[in-house]
Amino acid sequence: MSQQSADLGVPDPSDLAPVDDILKAFPEKKGMLIPILQGVQDVYGFVPEGVANKVADEMGVYRSQVYGILTFYTQFHLSPRGRQTIRACAGTACHVKGGKQVILRMEGELGVGHGGTTEDGLFSFEHVACIGACGLAPVIMVDDDAFGHLDPNKAESVIKKLRREALKEIGGADTGEQSSGDENTEE
Amino acid sequence: MASDPVGQKIFIGMGTCGLATGAAAVHESVQEALKKVGRDIPIIKTGCIGMCSKEVLVDIVQPNLPRVTYGQVQPEMIEKIIEEHLVGGNPIADLAIGQIVDEGMDPFKEIPTYMDLPVFRKQKRIVLRRCGFIDPDSIDDYLATGGYQGLEKAVKSMPPADIRETVKESGLRGRGGGGFPTGLKWEFCANADGDPKYLICNADEGDPGAFMDRSILEGDPHAVIEGMAIASYAIGAEYGYIYCRAEYPLAIQRLKIAISQAEEKGYLGQNILGSDTSFTLRIKEGAGAFVCGEETALMASVEGKRGMPRPRPPFPAHRGLWDHPTNINNVETYACVPPIVFDGAESYAAIGTEGTKGTKVFALAGKINNTGLIEVAAGTTLGEIIHEIGGGIEGGREFKAAQLGGPSGGCLPANLVETPIDYDSLIEAGAMMGSGGVVVMDDSDCMVDVARFFLTFTENESCGKCVPCRVGTKAMNAVLTRITEGGGVEEDLENLAQLGEQIKKTSLCGLGQTAPNPVLSTMRYFRDEYEAHIHDGKCPAKICTALITFGINEACTGCTVCAKKCPVGAITGERKELHVIDQSLCTKCNVCFEVCKFDAVVKE
Repeated sequence: MSQQSADLGVPDPSDLAPVDDILKAFPEKKGMLIPILQGVQDVYGFVPEGVANKVADEMGVYRSQVYGILTFYTQFHLSPRGRQTIRACAGTACHVKGGKQVILRMEGELGVGHGGTTEDGLFSFEHVACIGACGLAPVIMVDDDAFGHLDPNKAESVIKKLRREALKEIGGADTGEQSSGDENTEE
Repeated sequence: MASDPVGQKIFIGMGTCGLATGAAAVHESVQEALKKVGRDIPIIKTGCIGMCSKEVLVDIVQPNLPRVTYGQVQPEMIEKIIEEHLVGGNPIADLAIGQIVDEGMDPFKEIPTYMDLPVFRKQKRIVLRRCGFIDPDSIDDYLATGGYQGLEKAVKSMPPADIRETVKESGLRGRGGGGFPTGLKWEFCANADGDPKYLICNADEGDPGAFMDRSILEGDPHAVIEGMAIASYAIGAEYGYIYCRAEYPLAIQRLKIAISQAEEKGYLGQNILGSDTSFTLRIKEGAGAFVCGEETALMASVEGKRGMPRPRPPFPAHRGLWDHPTNINNVETYACVPPIVFDGAESYAAIGTEGTKGTKVFALAGKINNTGLIEVAAGTTLGEIIHEIGGGIEGGREFKAAQLGGPSGGCLPANLVETPIDYDSLIEAGAMMGSGGVVVMDDSDCMVDVARFFLTFTENESCGKCVPCRVGTKAMNAVLTRITEGGGVEEDLENLAQLGEQIKKTSLCGLGQTAPNPVLSTMRYFRDEYEAHIHDGKCPAKICTALITFGINEACTGCTVCAKKCPVGAITGERKELHVIDQSLCTKCNVCFEVCKFDAVVKE
């Protein structure tokens, strides 16, 4: 469910020990491949190749079958993710309320498009088709928190603020990243 | 006169909408304010009452006095509300948006009652009757409002066949979009050979623009569980799954709590309420695939496979999950069942129209004043929904069209506002009830762009198994994209219509069979707009960027903001003088239009 929580306790992708614990939590394996992979992703933040292979071997299914599932469902990720995931809603209500412009501005501000992770590893960005908070359109989710009633300017401020906070949290702030003329960010 | 704290309660709307608008901060302020005035009274986190545009909602409940709702509450308003209303006994009329006056109560002055509010007056709440009024995490709240009485009546006094008959007589049809008679579906599964049988609740609400199921699960999860328990008894299905999309974390959390409470009290599990019927219910989380809302794809996903549909027949009632007889209904359908069983088929069938009985929940979104969730008797007209309940179009603009039924549905134009909303009238008009999303558009929306939006969605979500859907949606989208980019040709409209009909006829599942609907219905009602794009190279709504140019008019004060913000340096001009856009450099990114505070940037 939750995103990879902070940086604590995330095992190295080559460490396969946590997989055994996850498999043990599912004594009845019938129909449990997807929940097990969801469990894996919760622990590692993504599904590393070695881990996917181990799951396939232990479950007695072809590796290609596991790969098929991982690539079919948008929830699964095969490469490491940013510290936070920003999901921009591309649903109908958001679309007619200017969501496209919000998305374009955020992509400009982040420097990545749909499915990308920023170079500094802070954010992964994706479009999702409807968060189900249409009354607040246009809306984005940052991990499990929703931000509604956005416009491009507000969205840009949200990202700037998240970046400042993230850099502060990590400590040793990247200089030069601080702020560059945000004359439109009053709110 | 100070009020008596005994029996006082505070409700805070903490569904997804509420949380996104800052309900957590309001909750914190309430705790602090209560501490300050020294009152220890329950704070109840409710689900969504449906008024998304008025979130955060806070209700003050005092014994024998009307319940008062405050809307658009900010944390800094809390202290005043607590001191003057809760402690002082004087509701603040300026901040309150409504009150609920039960029999024998005197209403507060200058606060409208809920029934005075246009948004509520025309509603008929059966499925949503508890949403926003009870604590969804409390089974006692559910029981206190008639909860599990339908199940009790069913297992104690009705043979399974009688329940199926009752549901048939009620006229209930599947609320997920298909509209198949629910009682009949149950009958098929009950009569099918195979053991065990399975029951599935489809909570994979993926239609963009729809959030009814989320609100029901977040606001009244036990109603769905009770409906499923009744169905399991009526069909003889011992195991059940709720397949819920992973994008709804709060709904999943509340369901988990509700299931364990129901197990503890004996409404789920072995020997329900002392009978010999048993029902084990589990949650399956989706993993992000729209096609899994299709029942055969959903079952493949529950089995742990790629969620791809398969041809029907065999129908799930005969060969469903793990090849066993399976009954699938959606969230809203199950939530309708307890009142039907408890109050009888007649009381439900008395509501609605000839072909569509009962009520339907709709999610209102888009360019409308009262965005949110509503429940109306079937047969209510589109005009009543938009202009009365929905409070009309945002910013006083003109109503252009409403898209019903999401990517599977179609649009109804302004001249069809008198259309009664029921299954058959909508199909006739080229739209469909779908799951109940209503996205309202005004004169600034381009219908070609909207059609392309839906095709982009279905193209992305097509699972790829059958050619008509996989290749067809791509081909249609390519034509639409070309039209919006100014490259449309005369034959495009005919080709789109032909392709659309082919895809509808030959696709494997509901996704492909309905994917062309948004295009076909916009072509039917807004053909002139398509023609303007193709023949005149113009987008009348000024949405399609390739067909518009940006300019700056005399309203420009020379503030230089647009020039600074332009990512390609296309805007020049001295401070305090009229600025100009160099059309050869302009990428039409819209930034200047957004940042200009003087409305001096214009699109032509």
